Amino acid sequence: MAHVLLRHRDIPNLNQLDVYQKNGGFEAFQKAVTAMKPNEVTDVVKASGLRGRGGAGFPTGMKWSFIDNKNWPHYVVANADESEPGTFKDREIMESNPFQFLEGLALASYAVGANAAYIYLRGEFWQVAALLDEKIADMEKAGLLGEKLFGSDYSLKIYTHLGAGAYICGEETALLESIEGKRGQPRIRPPFPPAYGLYGKPTIVNNVETFTNVPLILAYGAEWYKSMGTPDSAGVKIFSLSGRVKKPGNYELPFGTTFRELVYNYGGGILDDRPVKAIMPAGASSSLIVVDDKALDTPMDYASVRTLGADLGSASVIVIDDTVSIDWVINKTIHFFKHESCGKCTPCREGNHWMLHLTERIHSGEGSQNDVSLLLNVAKQMQGKCLCALGEFATMAVVTGIERFPQDFQKAVKA
Amino acid sequence: MSLAQKYPNEVNQIMAKYPPEHKRSAVMPLLYLAQREEGYVTKDALKDIAQMLDITETDVASIVGFYSLYHDHKAGKYRMQVCTDLPCALRGADKFLADLCGNLGIQVGETTADGLITIEAVTCLAACDKAPMFQTQGPDGIKYHENMTVDKTLELIEALKSAGKEVK
Ligand SMILES: Cc1cc2nc3c(=O)[nH]c(=O)nc-3n(C[C@H](O)[C@H](O)[C@H](O)COP(=O)(O)O)c2cc1C
Ligand code: SF4
Ligand code: FES
Repeated sequence: MAHVLLRHRDIPNLNQLDVYQKNGGFEAFQKAVTAMKPNEVTDVVKASGLRGRGGAGFPTGMKWSFIDNKNWPHYVVANADESEPGTFKDREIMESNPFQFLEGLALASYAVGANAAYIYLRGEFWQVAALLDEKIADMEKAGLLGEKLFGSDYSLKIYTHLGAGAYICGEETALLESIEGKRGQPRIRPPFPPAYGLYGKPTIVNNVETFTNVPLILAYGAEWYKSMGTPDSAGVKIFSLSGRVKKPGNYELPFGTTFRELVYNYGGGILDDRPVKAIMPAGASSSLIVVDDKALDTPMDYASVRTLGADLGSASVIVIDDTVSIDWVINKTIHFFKHESCGKCTPCREGNHWMLHLTERIHSGEGSQNDVSLLLNVAKQMQGKCLCALGEFATMAVVTGIERFPQDFQKAVKA
Repeated sequence: MSLAQKYPNEVNQIMAKYPPEHKRSAVMPLLYLAQREEGYVTKDALKDIAQMLDITETDVASIVGFYSLYHDHKAGKYRMQVCTDLPCALRGADKFLADLCGNLGIQVGETTADGLITIEAVTCLAACDKAPMFQTQGPDGIKYHENMTVDKTLELIEALKSAGKEVK
């Protein structure tokens, strides 16, 4: 099947404006601005069933319809922070199919009446930001951005903004604080960004991949989009496959593709043909799924993955084989979360500190079964008490690791 | 020399991105500009940026402290930041880092004797399918180096060495 998002894999030089336009590029944007009312664009997106690709899966059209029309100006912000370990899809989109992403961002801006949009990129995407700046300049020259577009009254500017190495800035309110020139610490919600966002103004924040779906939804219609995927999870998703597989990489597949197809057909199977032991479907924030035939045959859509005691999240599928011990895995994930906790609330700041201490001890072979119980206890104490989801994310692999792979911890403490 | 004197065009471009009443937003791009040459943000630069944006030096310093890509002390000309996070570690990143350090005769966090390279271990850089990988942070910005081996890395270091000589 032809790609919807990774279309550069089918069409050479799609990152050049003339090639993108020859392949229908910016027709949807022009049509929207000249022939559709903003809320009609939102209605199409709503009808398509598109859900946010940043992790939470929130219905995109519904989010856009929440924009507060009594308070102006409005902003749209693209979340290109892409810092969840195991996630590398937005980078490929921006590097290789930048105009489709930018057109989606422009369509969203038109739909909610924003005349300025920001792209927040993690600081490490320095080269990607430079490339997007070039592409934005190309669009300005071609009259696709700027004042009174296509002879209408609508004007739009797009700007890039680089973060500087902080995972928490992927959380949308921390991201907005960061654009405002502050430390990236989450705000207390509600109010949510569609009511109170950038500079206190109504703001829509979406993931890069979410925006990239929009131009083709407008071009081919909601029914076309819904014909792919499952009723609960419409359309296609980019799965970032990493870990102990032969062919790691990004694979764009319809929702509902099984783990088995992803790992074996696309990923080429496991290194040295070992058995799969565990899968983390949502990066380091994920619960650990115990892999058996039933798990492998589970379709990857939001509802089905939940039946395995995990969330699909950003669909960053980390594959772990039987050469790997789970106590080492959670030592790695907690190392990450300890480093990335923003320190604003005590349970997350202190909890991660203790969890790192304990996972280090257990992994080094100096731990006892008491340390394992204490670790589980600390993780459970944190749950439900943190200001933002990072605190919760940190506990997922710890709790499911200890509960679902007890034998690995018994071995680690005895040895 | 102030940033505005040294990089007038870039400073103007940065300020134009944000509404004039929210110029504090420019603090992050200005900090990147400030550390471009020395590899870290000097006390003078903190003062300069604070004045430009009508915020306190403490405000600017708190941004430097919060974000891991800003530095308040000098290191090697290039920071070589190897990803050892879970997905890369599942593909041999820890061993790569250990071998590289062994070859250079330094530990993680240390700088080579010629002041060229500081080795650091960092978390995921969104290149997990191309491990082992690292980024270099230096005067020419941040660059990715993917699917690396120790040999390829030593070649890169040689190239950085001779590039530095030409510039001088
Ligand atoms: C700790 C944390 C990190 C996050 N990181 C990202 C990220 O890197 N990229 C992203 O798009 N969303 C990230 N999110 C989700 C955002 O807060 C937000 O839900 C998302 O950008 C909304 O876009 P969507 O509706 O298109 O998914 C993160 C959330 C949390 C709590
Ligand atoms: S849960 Fe952690 S990351 Fe989130 S606000 Fe609290 S300290 Fe910061
Ligand atoms: S884990 Fe190393 S780049 Fe993602």
